Parts: sequence; C-alpha cells; structure tokens
Amino acid sequence: MATERHDVELSVNGVAYRRSVEARMLLSDFLRHELHLAGTHVGCEHGVCGACTVLLDGAAVRSCLMFAVQTDGCAVSTIEGLASSDGELSPIQTAMHEHHGLQCGYCTPGILMTMTAFLRDKPDPTEQEVREALSGNLCRCTGYQNIVDAMMAAARAIRAAAP
Amino acid sequence: MKPAPFRYVRASSLDHALSLKAEYGDEARFLAGGQSLIPSMNFRLARPSVLIDINGLSELASIGRSERQVRLGALTRYAALERDGDFLSACPLFADALPHIAHPQIRNRGTIGGNLSHADPASELPAVSLALKARMKLRSVRGERELEASDFFVGLLTTDLQDDEMLAEIAIPLPSGPTGGCFMEVARRQGDFALAGVAAIVSLDAEGSCTDVRLTCCGVGDTPVDVSATAVSLIGTRCSAHAIDAVRAEVQRTISPAGNVHASADYQRHVAGVLAARALRTAYERARNGN
Repeated sequence: MATERHDVELSVNGVAYRRSVEARMLLSDFLRHELHLAGTHVGCEHGVCGACTVLLDGAAVRSCLMFAVQTDGCAVSTIEGLASSDGELSPIQTAMHEHHGLQCGYCTPGILMTMTAFLRDKPDPTEQEVREALSGNLCRCTGYQNIVDAMMAAARAIRAAAP
Repeated sequence: MKPAPFRYVRASSLDHALSLKAEYGDEARFLAGGQSLIPSMNFRLARPSVLIDINGLSELASIGRSERQVRLGALTRYAALERDGDFLSACPLFADALPHIAHPQIRNRGTIGGNLSHADPASELPAVSLALKARMKLRSVRGERELEASDFFVGLLTTDLQDDEMLAEIAIPLPSGPTGGCFMEVARRQGDFALAGVAAIVSLDAEGSCTDVRLTCCGVGDTPVDVSATAVSLIGTRCSAHAIDAVRAEVQRTISPAGNVHASADYQRHVAGVLAARALRTAYERARNGN
C-alpha cells in the first residue's frame, strides 16, 4: 500500500508543532520519535500498563491507543511540561520525590500525568479514590504504597496552595 | 506492536461516513474511541484497509432525554456519561456499571457505540443494554433500522450490523412505575474484565409487589445472556430472601459459562448466581425506596 501522509498541527506543552505523519503512527511513537520527547514511556502498547499516559486537551489518555493524526488541532501535555520553566517541580513531582514514590521510574511519567488530571479534578480525594485512579497504571517496583502516600501529600499541598 | 498500514479518512459528516462505509464495506472500520480497535490493530489481530474517523461528528455525541426514553449518540464517551448527573439518575444501572469499565484513561476515550458494536461478552454495557431493552438505531446509506438489544448481539464479538451500517444511536426506555436497578461484577482487579457480572432491574406496583424483573449476565457466554426467565417466580411477590435464593439456584442451573484461565466454569457459575441474588435484592430495595 502506498504510504499516505497527513499533516498534523498540534501543541505539546504549549509549543506548536507541525509534522507530516503516516496514519498508523501512534501518538506515543510520534511524541518520542518525531518530537524527541522521550519522557513519555512505552510499556505494553495495548492500553494496559498506562506508562504512555498523556493529557489530551486536559484529559488523561493512553497515547498508544491513539494515532498522531487524530491529534490535529489538539493540545497535548506530557511529563516534560510538568515542571515550571525554571525547573521547579510540580507539587505532585515534589511529593513523589519526598515519599520515594518510584524505584526504576519507568511507570512514573504515566502516573504523574494520570494523577495531574485526577488531582486537578479532585483535590480532596480519599485514599480509596487515589487507589482507583491509579488502577490504570502498573508499577512493579513500589507496591504502590509510597505512590499513594505521595498523592495524598500532593493533594494536601495543592489544597494549601489554592487561593 | 505497530499497526499495519491503512488509509485514514476523517469523516466530515455522518452521511460522508456512511458513504465511505458503503464504498469500502468490511475492509473499513469506523474509528470512534479506538480503545478496543487500536489494541487489536497494534497486535495485528485487526488489519482494516481503511479507518473512517468519526470523532469529529459531534451530532453523534449527544445525550437527549424525553419523558419516555433517553437517547445516547453512539459517540458519547464513557466519561461524558459518568459526569452527567441527570443521565445517571435516569439510568442508575449505568452509575453502577461505568466505574467497572477499564480505567479512567480508557473511559476518557471509549464510546458507548464502540463498546456495543465490539460486542465483547465480558463487557458490562452489552448486558446493561440487554437488561434495559435498549433499542439500537442502525444507519447506512440505505436508510435506518431499529433493533432490540436482544436481536443486536448475535455471537462472540458479533452483532447484526451489516458491512455498510453504523450503530448511530442507543435509545433506552424509561420505566413508568417504581423501578430499581443494580449492576455488580467480580473481576480479579479493578478495571479487569469481569469473571461474571449481573444486571438486575425490578419493577413494583403501588403496593410494592414485583411486576417485572429483568436479569442479564456478562462474562458467562458468547453474548450477554438474558436470564430473566429464571426470575419470573418473583413476579407478584415481595421478593423474599427465600424467593431470591431460588432464583440464584435457577441462574446457576441455566447458564453455561466456558471457564477461562482465571476462573473455572463452576466458579463463574457460582459467582453469577451469588451476584444475581445480591443484585436482585439491591434492585428491589432501590425500587422500594424510590432510588
């Protein structure tokens, strides 16, 4: 089959990009190989592990279950955009650091993006709600307890900082 | 783990999407949420030549309500249903079932039309729509037809959709009298496919006697399974624990799950019966309490 290409214009972490892509290119591969934003990790490529989670127009989605061509006109946020431009970590990143919420770190970008959207929508969650929100992100190192502790701490920090 | 090449076409209108489907037939698939289709394509279990992207068709993504029914556009995403309080109070079975569907990231993309068209027998919404006697509105360039859910699901991952058709809308009839619903399932982990799940709806008359029962299962057959006939003994009664336990036994006698790597057929049968009893009890209490 002749390889058709499609123009895609989108913003990632506030930066505008324009590329020409094959229709079958997954958003996860597009971010990593075309835009060289390799912070978005690729684990299972069938929507189970959550490592590739990014925000699409603010909603957490699996970037391995979308084609790049579908994001034309969209705003994508990835792990590279979480810290401020001067390098100050977001409250969730800080809490993960302080509570030792990662070991190998492979799942961490997906967890941070999932929980960024979750805590934005629900800044006062119960521990059970945090665990349910994390259910779509597999972590094989930590046993989750430190991640849950970090998210409860991050939620407190976000609430304390709210005007 | 990369999809085979395909031609991608973004549909500009429903008519455009339908004419493309008529042109390409079973070579083409509609791309809605993609949360079942894209994993199959990544594994190359599915290799459509053409993807017709319908995500821009906002006319397919509406939730409408009249006195007698709720109409859901096929492109309505799970997350939109979960956030719509009016819809959840009109169709409380969905409030029970939606949180069981995969994970938040999947529910942000996946659509009700894609779910029902995929017709996974372990999925929640086929069983829920069968319990609710939802009507499926199918569109093609040839016109439009409506099917009962019971006629829509015809086999494993198979519906009555023809090669040129799209499931465009799902109409859910609303009950007139006191009615309660409940969906329950058992899965190994939050978001996993159910080992067995049950949707129950109990309707009562003004005196609190049962006038109708709907009871369906997911995960225990090639399609969602309607076991309402096992519960007809409840009609005309006040759904005593004894009567419900008889239904449990009848459900366990009636279904024939295949068993899978996580659960033997006997275990699935056991779980389905227990869940049926619990869901019927809860549905009855909800009908009595008016919620």
